Amino acid sequence: MKALTVHQGLVAPMDRANVDTDMIIPKQFLKSIKRSGFGPNLFDELRYLDVGEPGQDCSQRPLNPDFALNQARYQGASVLLARENFGCGSSREHAPWALEDFGFRAIIAPSYADIFYNNCFKNGLLPIVLSEAEVEQLFQALYAQPGFELTIDLQQQQVRLADGQVMPFSVDEFRRYCLLNGLDDIGLTLQDAELIREYEQQRAAQAPWFFGE
Amino acid sequence: MQTLYDKLWQQHVVKERDDGTALLYIDRHLLHEVTSPQAFEGLRLAGRKPWRISANLATPDHNVPTDTEERKSGIAGISDQISRIQVQTLNDNCEAFGITQFDMQDQRQGIVHVVGPEQGATLPGMTIVCGDSHTATHGAFAALAHGIGTSEVEHVLATQCLIQRKMKNMLVRVEGDLPLGVTAKDIVLHVIGVIGTAGGNGHAIEFAGSAIRSLSMEGRMTICNMAIEAGARVGLVAVDQTTIDYLQGRPFAPKQHWQQAVDYWRTLISDEGAQFDKVVEINAADIQPQVTWGTSPEMVVPVTAQVPTLAQAKSETQARDWQRAYQYMGLQPGQAISDIRLDRVFIGSCTNSRIEDLRQAAEVAKGKKVAASVKQAMVVPGSGLVKAQAEAEGLHQIFIEAGFEWREPGCSMCLAMNADRLGAGEHCASTSNRNFEGRQGFGGRTHLVSPAMAAAAAIAGHFVDLRSWEN
Repeated sequence: MKALTVHQGLVAPMDRANVDTDMIIPKQFLKSIKRSGFGPNLFDELRYLDVGEPGQDCSQRPLNPDFALNQARYQGASVLLARENFGCGSSREHAPWALEDFGFRAIIAPSYADIFYNNCFKNGLLPIVLSEAEVEQLFQALYAQPGFELTIDLQQQQVRLADGQVMPFSVDEFRRYCLLNGLDDIGLTLQDAELIREYEQQRAAQAPWFFGE
Repeated sequence: MQTLYDKLWQQHVVKERDDGTALLYIDRHLLHEVTSPQAFEGLRLAGRKPWRISANLATPDHNVPTDTEERKSGIAGISDQISRIQVQTLNDNCEAFGITQFDMQDQRQGIVHVVGPEQGATLPGMTIVCGDSHTATHGAFAALAHGIGTSEVEHVLATQCLIQRKMKNMLVRVEGDLPLGVTAKDIVLHVIGVIGTAGGNGHAIEFAGSAIRSLSMEGRMTICNMAIEAGARVGLVAVDQTTIDYLQGRPFAPKQHWQQAVDYWRTLISDEGAQFDKVVEINAADIQPQVTWGTSPEMVVPVTAQVPTLAQAKSETQARDWQRAYQYMGLQPGQAISDIRLDRVFIGSCTNSRIEDLRQAAEVAKGKKVAASVKQAMVVPGSGLVKAQAEAEGLHQIFIEAGFEWREPGCSMCLAMNADRLGAGEHCASTSNRNFEGRQGFGGRTHLVSPAMAAAAAIAGHFVDLRSWEN
């Protein structure tokens, strides 16, 4: 997993509420047994005018000119600005894989669906929660200023605007630690292997049927 | 005094961390072909082994063909090459790691959330996870069950634990007798309409009240299944006699320790006076048969109602979402729900493919014919055992004579990963759980309903109010 400490990048809008993971990456691309290569199919049904299939050369497909990510001013964006309940629906981790593969390092929204939120941290993608008012202000600024960039500072837990304004956010300490250091949490959990075994012994004594009869 | 969720949480904490997260022990891990290959690959790359192999149970469901002919020659017969590789990969991984799998040719194969309870692999007091958001289904058994991503699938395989933060408690109490023609599906769609698709975010929802207690386990599973559509990863129903009766004699249920287990299970209820962070009270008498009109499960109204108008939107964002939904769904604000003409009908999915669902649909379809204007009406049982049971009861004959297709078990058109899908612009009455854009096929228009409502819609060719429908 890629570490994230401070990131400065161009911002792109996804200006609708309840964006579901089917929209982020449609089901036909979930047949892949790999973790990478989902970026070209991010928001596939919104981004292209034809029906996407796995294995296509996406550079030859007709683009939907109305979709923000296809517009010149948002090319190279690495911060996605979104509305409430982003990432709802299916638990597919292919959604953060696609966002990350496309080049996003952070998302800003007033709220996220729980499973999607968890999945982001496992993939070097930072989901930032700001208030509705702050998100609205960022949307206004983004639409008003071509080339609108933000600085995401996970160390200090701040979103910084070019004019010096600071919007603080907070992240669980453990998740922050893993993301700052690019750490895989399985290795960290296995440091507690002894505790896990103790728990199992205790549990098996109380409720043996959980471990098969 | 603790809620049911508090008890389940506390009983599984291996270690609490300073930041409020905890290492939580996982009793049961269910696997399917779509969200597991990258997790197994991760294990291999790190040279790790599954922590406790017997905790895992796998079955392919998302990609499997439901066409009887295509199913006959097993994995090799799957015509979509990429699907075939994925199903084969699950097979290979289960063999390599020694994990029990009900493969495509096994009669016990089916949708993972139908198979677990049916086998008694889902038990009260367990923590259950699966790389699928509808894992909330198993909460009907007072198990702490939720969906996880693939990295977490790998984490559970390797450590039998997850790093979790405790959720908040929410109680949805539905009191009173359900009106005739109103089912578990209508209850949960109504609840989602009331609290919204993000209403349960960050919460475990316990469903309680006399209307919930009166439901069978199948009905309770339908309700918990869709907790995630209200934003809650976890749905729960307390243990009662219905739970215990359902489990007795199931293959994975305890035998030698049955009485000890039952005594423990009976403690899996919220204590009198336990505190919930949010309480929603619903009067069962107010619930009518529900139909979704839009592209989110919260865009739902009674069958007797109309597509809402922008004047009814609660915010500017909602008004914009509704406008987009009108356009995508090809509907006009103010249009009567009963005027929506249907092109296809799908009865199936982890929400509504159990025996009771098929019985309810068959009761409506008996002696009737699918309308000529409906291109396809399909019934997809949730598992091979559900299919066998339905056939033993003659339900398949009722469906076939009415003009429905009788299929092999799988997720099918709920998410259209296999060949079962909608064409662009087609309207479908579906017993599944998501009406998202493109969910059932590119440009497809999904209306979520109960099995009885779907069967009636297939026969009438449009939505009808079962309570007053004469055919």
